[in-house]
Amino acid sequence: MAKHKMHLLVCGGTGCKSSDSDLLALALRNELQEKGLNGEVQVVMTGCFGFCEQGPILKVMPDETFYVKVKPEDAAEIIAEHIIKGRHVKRLLYKDPKSQQSIDDSKHMDFYKKQLRIVLRNCGFINPENIDEAIARDAYAALAKVLTEMTPGETVEVIKKSGLRGRGGGGFPTGLKWEITAKSVADQKYVVCNADEGDPGAFMDRSVLEGDPHTVIEAMAINGYCTGADKGLVYIRAEYPLAIKRLKIAIDQARAYGLLGQDILGTGFNFDIELRFGAGAFVCGEETALIHSMEGERGEPTFKPPFPSEAGFLGKPTNVNNVETYANIPPIILKGASWFSSIGTEKSKGTKVFALAGKVNNVGLVEVPMGTTLREVIFEIGGGIKDGKKFKAVQTGGPSGGCLTDKHLDLPIDYDNLIAAGSMMGSGGMIVMDEDDCMVSIAKFYLDFTVEESCGKCSPCRIGNKRLYEILETITKGNGTPEDLERLHNLSLVIKDTALCGLGQTSPNPVLSTLEYFHDEYMAHVVDHKCPSGQCRDLMTYWIEGENCVGCTACARVCPVGAITGERKEIHKIDSSICIKCGACLEKCKFNAVFVS
Amino acid sequence: MTKVKTLADLKKLRENLQEQIRVRESGEHPESTIQVKVAMATCGIASGAKEVMTFFLEELEKRGIEAVVTQTGCMGYCYAEPTVEITLPGEKPLVFGYVNTRKADEIIEKYIKNGELVDGIIPEIYQSISETRKES
Repeated sequence: MAKHKMHLLVCGGTGCKSSDSDLLALALRNELQEKGLNGEVQVVMTGCFGFCEQGPILKVMPDETFYVKVKPEDAAEIIAEHIIKGRHVKRLLYKDPKSQQSIDDSKHMDFYKKQLRIVLRNCGFINPENIDEAIARDAYAALAKVLTEMTPGETVEVIKKSGLRGRGGGGFPTGLKWEITAKSVADQKYVVCNADEGDPGAFMDRSVLEGDPHTVIEAMAINGYCTGADKGLVYIRAEYPLAIKRLKIAIDQARAYGLLGQDILGTGFNFDIELRFGAGAFVCGEETALIHSMEGERGEPTFKPPFPSEAGFLGKPTNVNNVETYANIPPIILKGASWFSSIGTEKSKGTKVFALAGKVNNVGLVEVPMGTTLREVIFEIGGGIKDGKKFKAVQTGGPSGGCLTDKHLDLPIDYDNLIAAGSMMGSGGMIVMDEDDCMVSIAKFYLDFTVEESCGKCSPCRIGNKRLYEILETITKGNGTPEDLERLHNLSLVIKDTALCGLGQTSPNPVLSTLEYFHDEYMAHVVDHKCPSGQCRDLMTYWIEGENCVGCTACARVCPVGAITGERKEIHKIDSSICIKCGACLEKCKFNAVFVS
Repeated sequence: MTKVKTLADLKKLRENLQEQIRVRESGEHPESTIQVKVAMATCGIASGAKEVMTFFLEELEKRGIEAVVTQTGCMGYCYAEPTVEITLPGEKPLVFGYVNTRKADEIIEKYIKNGELVDGIIPEIYQSISETRKES
């Protein structure tokens, strides 16, 4: 059996590859061959270590030594010293930036692990369709603890002390919400799980429901115990069929074990859960609209107060929390409030899951302690920008959030910092944009979304957002004037002040934040009628540079509207009055003769 | 399924299940088997995880390798889907990314049969609060 005694793991993430980790692996393999060690030591390329700033990374197994900034020239020394003599190559070890000490103790190798998984603790480990695997990893232990050892009041106190805030976007203190619902007097109360994840690019809640449905069921039962509700409802969008299927299986299995239903664990506590399906309207993520939708009414928000905690589903006190908020509850109960509040920043405790997407190398789910910087998330865990392009902005908070720029990269992420910077936490979508993205078009994209999703009940949102969209469209078509920017700004402020619900109150955020941080780009559109990143089609002209054109006719053949003319082996020309700016010629030309501005 | 009627029941059930899993994962027992976990969230399935899971199920049987193939949720490495975690008896679990059926074949032939690593391992880049994980 050809089993190697040692392994050299070379990071093959995009960041490390661009600093020659391929060549490093090759150099290591050659060196091993030369020393006759290739039967004993194997070089393996891995995925990203999430520590790109220090790349290329080399990890030696089994002793777990972690080398950073390793160059192909270092291969010989590593083999001679570490592999043959068993000594660390000190100069390549990671130095702690504070103490300047080299870290060579394999037990302290967690320093490069920026992520901490609380919410995602079971995702990717358990079989979500098997309750036994969940129970083996402590599912329902927190429920058992509160039912047998704690009063509802004590439990609420723990959640309050933990500092947990709602993960759906608003950041309302969860413990306080539970307390208000608990204090409301009624013959029937409800707890609701908001699984109506609607931000474009966000998929955290879906992943939790698909990977660990029992944590949500357990937390809802705990919520029911605390607030005096014996009925739970999960409002989930019908476009999440797999999440629905797994949730149904999980509920059935929990019932079969008696962990849902009557007299749970012999304590006299009754609780059961039903599913309610949403049709995927964005506004139904707003809690009053969600409740109306569950009641069979139109999914429209109503004015608060009264808050759902006082009068919600069918007029009864209803506690609405988001999936991710619930997923935090069992660990808080099991490990204590002070454990949870030791993680994060002063006012934002615990971790946040982000769905990292856009022009970033490692698209994925990321769970980091609050207070982690945008730079760490995007450039280390996310592996930096695709194709070595320049970072331009990051959009957080979905259509309600805003765009942040490179000057915010070192901003510790928490609820208050993001709001101060003109964006918001939102549910956790994080879309990264590079130099090729036009910020006016991005603002237009989000407005398009809100116009589509506005329920139409209040005029600021219904009419105002439509007007905002039209102004943006005028600008991207090249017909904008500097006065339009002022109109955009003023209208945005009016909508924010006067809209009925969270959707309208936040929908101008993408416009306001891009207006503030990318004012030059707006000016380029309205003064020079140019789109600096070349995204606004109507503002572009294509032309052929005579020097480079060899007259191959490839562009003329690919042009769908016949705008390109020219004889074989002669310089071609684009007629801009016919050209529809599709870019096919630019893609086709092998001689870099087609230009666009 | 028998009902879990008391706290003691739940504790006992949990201990039994943990023991079962420990036996399966520790490799101390002769009956300990190879475990293959395929990340089967919507994202994984969309990138072909179902085909990969079927491939593992069919091919491991065809090649006479005893293994438990199960599904799990999203491991978070969406850029590298489909992702698969392999646990050999007595070894730490290893996650492989970009697993198509060709890669799956390589994993079976090299890693599962011979314990030889193959390119495409995804390093564990996070800390988890789950202690059961740390012990393994």
